[in-house]
Amino acid sequence: MTELAENTRTTPGAESDRAALSVHGLWKVFGPNADKLVGTPDLELSRQELQAKSGHVIGVRDVSFDVAPGEVFVVMGLSGSGKSTLVRLLTRLIEPTAGTVLLDGEDLTGMGEDQLRDIRRRKVSMVFQHFGLLPHRKVIDNIAFGLEVRGEDKAGRRSRAQEMVDLVGLSGYEMNYPDQLSGGMQQRVGLARALAGDPAVLMFDEPFSALDPLIRRDMQKEVIRLHHEVGKTMVFITHDLDEALKLGDRILIMRDGAIVQVGAPDEIIGAPADSYVRDFTAEVPKSHVLTLKWVMRAPSSPDEGAGAPPLPDTTVVREAARAVLAADGPVRVVDASGTVVGVVDDEDILRVVVVESHDEPAPASAS
Amino acid sequence: MTTTLAPPPPAASTKEEQPRSAPAPSRHTGRKLLVVLVLWLVAWAVLRGKQTLALANADTTGLHEWFNGIRDKVQLLGQDNWFFHGVLGTVASALDSFVGAVQAHVSTVVPGDWVGWFGVLALAMWLTYTLAGLRSTVLVTAVLLFLGVAGLWTDGLDTLIVTLVAVVICIVIGLPLGIAMSRSRRTSAIVTPALDVMQTMPSFAYLTPIALFFGIGPACAIVLTLIYALPPLVRITEHGLNSVAENTVEAGRSLGVTKGQLLRQVQLPMAKRTIVVGINQCTMAALSMATIAALVNGPGLGKPVIAALQTLNVGAASVAGLGIVLIAIMLDRTTTAASERSAPGGQRVAAVGSPGVFGGRTLVLEKLPRWATEDTGRGSAARMRLTPGGRRLVLGLILLPALVGAFYSTRYLQLSQFPDLSGVPVLNEITAGPLSTHINDLTDAVVNALTGVTNGFKNFVTSVMLNPLQSVMSDLPWWVMALVLLAVAYLLGGWRPAAVTVACEAVILGTGLWYDAMVTLTMTLVATIIVMLVAVVLGVAMGRGRRTDTVIRPFLDGFQTIPAFVYLVPALALFAATRFTAIMAAVAYAVPIATKLVADGVRGVAPTTVEAARSTGITRWQMISKVQLPMAREALVLATNQGLLYVLSMVVIGGMVGGGSLGYLIVQGFVQGQLFGKGLAAGIAITALGIMLDRIARYAAARYGR
Repeated sequence: MTELAENTRTTPGAESDRAALSVHGLWKVFGPNADKLVGTPDLELSRQELQAKSGHVIGVRDVSFDVAPGEVFVVMGLSGSGKSTLVRLLTRLIEPTAGTVLLDGEDLTGMGEDQLRDIRRRKVSMVFQHFGLLPHRKVIDNIAFGLEVRGEDKAGRRSRAQEMVDLVGLSGYEMNYPDQLSGGMQQRVGLARALAGDPAVLMFDEPFSALDPLIRRDMQKEVIRLHHEVGKTMVFITHDLDEALKLGDRILIMRDGAIVQVGAPDEIIGAPADSYVRDFTAEVPKSHVLTLKWVMRAPSSPDEGAGAPPLPDTTVVREAARAVLAADGPVRVVDASGTVVGVVDDEDILRVVVVESHDEPAPASAS
Repeated sequence: MTTTLAPPPPAASTKEEQPRSAPAPSRHTGRKLLVVLVLWLVAWAVLRGKQTLALANADTTGLHEWFNGIRDKVQLLGQDNWFFHGVLGTVASALDSFVGAVQAHVSTVVPGDWVGWFGVLALAMWLTYTLAGLRSTVLVTAVLLFLGVAGLWTDGLDTLIVTLVAVVICIVIGLPLGIAMSRSRRTSAIVTPALDVMQTMPSFAYLTPIALFFGIGPACAIVLTLIYALPPLVRITEHGLNSVAENTVEAGRSLGVTKGQLLRQVQLPMAKRTIVVGINQCTMAALSMATIAALVNGPGLGKPVIAALQTLNVGAASVAGLGIVLIAIMLDRTTTAASERSAPGGQRVAAVGSPGVFGGRTLVLEKLPRWATEDTGRGSAARMRLTPGGRRLVLGLILLPALVGAFYSTRYLQLSQFPDLSGVPVLNEITAGPLSTHINDLTDAVVNALTGVTNGFKNFVTSVMLNPLQSVMSDLPWWVMALVLLAVAYLLGGWRPAAVTVACEAVILGTGLWYDAMVTLTMTLVATIIVMLVAVVLGVAMGRGRRTDTVIRPFLDGFQTIPAFVYLVPALALFAATRFTAIMAAVAYAVPIATKLVADGVRGVAPTTVEAARSTGITRWQMISKVQLPMAREALVLATNQGLLYVLSMVVIGGMVGGGSLGYLIVQGFVQGQLFGKGLAAGIAITALGIMLDRIARYAAARYGR
């Protein structure tokens, strides 16, 4: 848990007054008397025990985190871990049992129905796993739907929707109905609908889980591209670790409704919080994720590695490999300020690369 | 993401390609319909009152006289004809004598018969307990005792006898037919349209010809009931067999079963519950016809209802109607409970608990773990269940007192003939006479209190909707209206329903009852509009609120079990004998089904879509108008279609209470010999009208219910 606290502290922009989204002590308990349960010792029970005892099910257990403006924050967990419930608590599509959600400094949990509706209309949009499109409306009217419900005139919303159609690459399909499109294209409509209202935060609930792998990869690229173009804060729910590592600036791992670990992708791989995280990150090609920070060692002498140009400590191992292997000796690793924080040599690199190519512990003679 | 960011990829490089289907061109249906409406109104204004083909009540056409002639011939020469006498006559007399015998020995009360009232009660209790459990048994006992006390014992049992005989015949014919249809696509293709016609035709329409062929009496009642009650059973049986999971059937095949084994050991057991639901539907349909069959002298509770309706005696009609409703509830609950019992899940639960020895045979009480019962989480106590062997033993034991009761009921007058309770203090109040007086008093009070409201409503609807519409539809040359209907059929559904419309119009014209048919059509449309207004309001409320649904749905279920023509009684009480009465009865009859369909449609809107809409910050009204109703369009169209057919069948029955037009002509056809042919023609016209409306609605549904 100390690691967790550390990770949270080292995150950029973590102070809650500047965070785009700040969640504190969020609980969701399903069941008839959920409200009365908050604060009782029953909540310390495990999910199974609580369910057996009182018929209540814990969806989300005491979750707190901050999302910085412009960050892509991924919530990752296996099915049943509470991640989809969590994302719905964030816009109160499901009412939280306890805790607060601050969006851009405003407390969502205390809002009345009207205020909340206004937030949903202007500040947050969601993209859903099963798209949630309206089958009786054309693509362009689906995209304009959010604008329509907030009362914009037809000409204005049509032209805005047309921009979104072009942005997500659906030009030419505006007048089709959703069921005339493939799954990937339908999700592009979902994406365009979410973007049309120009929200501050975009929420994705497993948006690509229903798509086949090739299309999924395509859509992931699309999200990365859009993030670059529009720079929105994104909260992204997924059960796919590769997707989490590919998209996330930071990743929150959930299990049984609670946080297991929060951190940048290399922190998750390099310093898994427990055996649960270690187990399911075991298959990840580490050289694609780990940065030099995780493989460097302290220099044995102040001069060590001075012969080669230094590398930043945020460089991914795979990309540093060529430079390190080509150098005659060790290479210096520097942090953002240019201070030398360590050195790497061939063996440090190969230990990471070779382990995964043989899928067994690297023999000492590998170098 | 920080270091490996690729530049924005060219969007179309790996993007899946989708054939760009051209959006369908708009049909401008609304605008075209408006044009038709304008032309229609202009034609009405100019040609009003000409060539309306109105026929006075006592007038007949050549066709009607020709029908009369046929009737005379059948009655005169039918004695010697091999078909009428040989085939139909044999069937009719067999049914007549069978029902007559059962009636004579069971429902009527002569000591020394097969069984008296006490025996009937005892055996019915045992049978219900065996098939449906304790709660149903209590219900059956209460209903039968009420029938006895209220003086409806004989008529009530007659109704039950006719219904049950019809259901048994339905099962004998319907099950094999359903099985054959599920096994052969061709059989299904041939039989389905026939079932369609049997269900679309308003039951009133075929009273006359059937009465002609089978003569009035029990046989005719049973044949009428068969026509109406058979289709649901056949359909549900076919559906049940077809919806046995494909992989189960495949698994069976992979083990090398024959077709017969597959049917007996896989499909029938798995479809058992659905088939019992089919029997439930069949029973309810049979009951509702068994009461209408009173018009052709079928025995049962329909007779007192009709007699009371004709003298506008609401109290007497209510008592007999109440008997019908109670029998309906009793049969519905019992067959429903029986179908729930036949669920395969109940037999699979393994025995848990300690065995005990009882009467030399092992009797195991199964103590079900809490998670295995339906009430999981509701804190109910564990249930006790008997093993099959133990169950059979217990049932056998309690059959004995039932048989003893049945035996003694033939020996003692008090047990044979339902005792007259008019002297007993409390029960006296619910015997027939006082009860109908009470109801009459109550009705008078209610009607007096409501007369302002009901009359206001009646006058409003009559003057704002009914009269103008009727004038526009019937007070103009027949060919204008025929063209309007044709145009509407074409615009809404394309050339197929237009072709059907032409054919049906030709038939209606041929019957010489064009004017009356248009009046009936007007009433049907007005009632359907009211039905849909109510159904949308109630259905949306039910579809959106689970609590509203739990409150309203039992009422709708209850109303749906009530046989059609009982609805006439309260309508008559409130609105006296007018056209409007028939319309209100039709509305009451059609609202439950239409409401349920709308509610299910609204409920059926994908939750992901509702959630997605909610995430955009939608208001409640926007949710209803922009998401839920448009997405429930299919259900709305279906509800309109069903509402239309229900309304039509009821508007026609309304002929008995001043509904006028076609229904009235059919009733007159029974009453007055010289109007027989006209009544028959009215039946044909109704059928044509029903088929026309159904086809237009169906094709429109296929086109717009996407």
